[in-house]
Amino acid sequence: MSTVESELKIVTDATCTFCGCVCDDIDLTVDGAHIVEAKRACVLGKAWFLNHEVEDRPHCLIEGQPATKEEGIERAARILADSKYPIIYGLSDTTTESQRVAVGIADWIGGNVDTTTSVCHGPSGMAFQGVGEVTCSLGEVRNRGDMIIFWGSNPAESHPRHFTKYSLMPKGMFVPNGRKDRTCVVVDVRKTKSAKTADIFLQIKPRRDFEALWTLRALAKGVSLDPERVREDTGVELAVLEDVMQRMKAAKFGVIFFGMGLTMTRGKHCNSEALLALTRDMNAFTRFVAKPNRGHGNVTGADNVVSWRTGYPFGVNHSRGYPRFNPGEYTTSDTLANREADCALIIACDPMANFSQPAREHLASIPYIALDTKVTPSTRAAKIAFSVATYGINTGGTVYRMDDVPIPLRPATESPHPSDYEVLSQIERRVQSLAASR
Amino acid sequence: MGCMSETFIMIPGRTSKQGCGISEGKYGENYQSEITTLQVAPEDMERLGYTDGDTVRVTSEFGQIEVVVTTAKGDELPPGLLFIAYGDLSSRLMGGDTHGSGMPTSKGFDVTMERI
Ligand code: SF4
Repeated sequence: MSTVESELKIVTDATCTFCGCVCDDIDLTVDGAHIVEAKRACVLGKAWFLNHEVEDRPHCLIEGQPATKEEGIERAARILADSKYPIIYGLSDTTTESQRVAVGIADWIGGNVDTTTSVCHGPSGMAFQGVGEVTCSLGEVRNRGDMIIFWGSNPAESHPRHFTKYSLMPKGMFVPNGRKDRTCVVVDVRKTKSAKTADIFLQIKPRRDFEALWTLRALAKGVSLDPERVREDTGVELAVLEDVMQRMKAAKFGVIFFGMGLTMTRGKHCNSEALLALTRDMNAFTRFVAKPNRGHGNVTGADNVVSWRTGYPFGVNHSRGYPRFNPGEYTTSDTLANREADCALIIACDPMANFSQPAREHLASIPYIALDTKVTPSTRAAKIAFSVATYGINTGGTVYRMDDVPIPLRPATESPHPSDYEVLSQIERRVQSLAASR
Repeated sequence: MGCMSETFIMIPGRTSKQGCGISEGKYGENYQSEITTLQVAPEDMERLGYTDGDTVRVTSEFGQIEVVVTTAKGDELPPGLLFIAYGDLSSRLMGGDTHGSGMPTSKGFDVTMERI
């Protein structure tokens, strides 16, 4: 019995990178190459850790045939360096260190760098530039937040520990009674699992987020409104919205977490802008902040890294030798659907499953390189596919939590596959020498 | 063909089953069944005479899919709304244009639905 136990390794305070909560309090029990227990992880975190398997696949496939990593890197570098409009995309499920190298490659080859932010909170990124961001860390929400609003976001299914770890349940410094000291409002078109935990649920009409947000802005300013119009425009009674506004003004520290219900629906950045403007308005009465509920483990890191490398958060083009930003033109949904990109480097994401049909068709028609830990529709159709180690489970490095707080990774097991960082660094070195020789 | 197609609003979204399925593997049973099931409000199921497991054809301005329907739990979905987990099928209904935003309209678009 003692021998069995001594083979088990315990990794304390491991970091889960499955969602933007980036919980760094997970205790893993590791048996050889397998994680057998993930203490404190939620259902998504457990699936992330316990399904981790080192798949017995070649490090690299070129046109479906096994190849060495070196052959793959050489081919990849040549494809990237020889193309006219190369694009680099993905990056939300890899370390900050790899993201930095990927931006370097885009710079060397005069290509685009775009991240999955563009099809997530990209519109919010545009809105931040227009309105500004009143923000705080999740630690402040935990210790101070007494009015918590979720708008178009369903953390009960997408970020299962959000409520217990940060936003609703914790007993904080200024909210000593935890949930009892907080008012929770959920705004959504569906009565989601999250709606069931709310004190007040506002079921608005689909595609009327903008109208509902502007109604609240008007109420904040004391504008009198026609109850009929409000009901017609938003699906919610004026009296209910007035009550919510009163509570928002009376709160000591209000927080609006918002999700893709806003950014993916008609209006997109205008919806996010309305929400940020409402948040800004509320600061005339009390402290109020707004935070996008970011999905992937290091999508926030991607925004940070691309911003400090290029000055812009996503959708950046380097074809003139300096960075230019233009969502709708340099973003990947567009460069693919408009049939402009002539090769792609796809890192830790799956556009062949998530993109529109015209974008997928174009991607399938150009040579592209994919790095992923698992077999996905995107690795299957890639010209060159690298099997890589899983960040956070096999590799160290840094990720940014959804509130821009950097968190270190504590790997549990080793992988025979190279890390994204290793593959990307070698590609960068090679494209650099190819660029120099021209 | 007695049954007329009717307009609904489609909301693709994340579910915890779909999220777990990503880690289990996209070619696994759980992920595949989650992303190919359409949730319909109980009132609409009853009014249209659908039963769980029926196959419907859903058509948007940009694409068409065939999916199996299931009754949405409790009052999660109001009548007139449809829900499907993000995946290959939901993406087939999206258009390529992003209206200058980088983001295709991926939630809250009109579709028609008919049983086949
Ligand atoms: S909430 Fe997110 S980061 Fe935390 S354990 Fe669950 S999936 Fe992992």
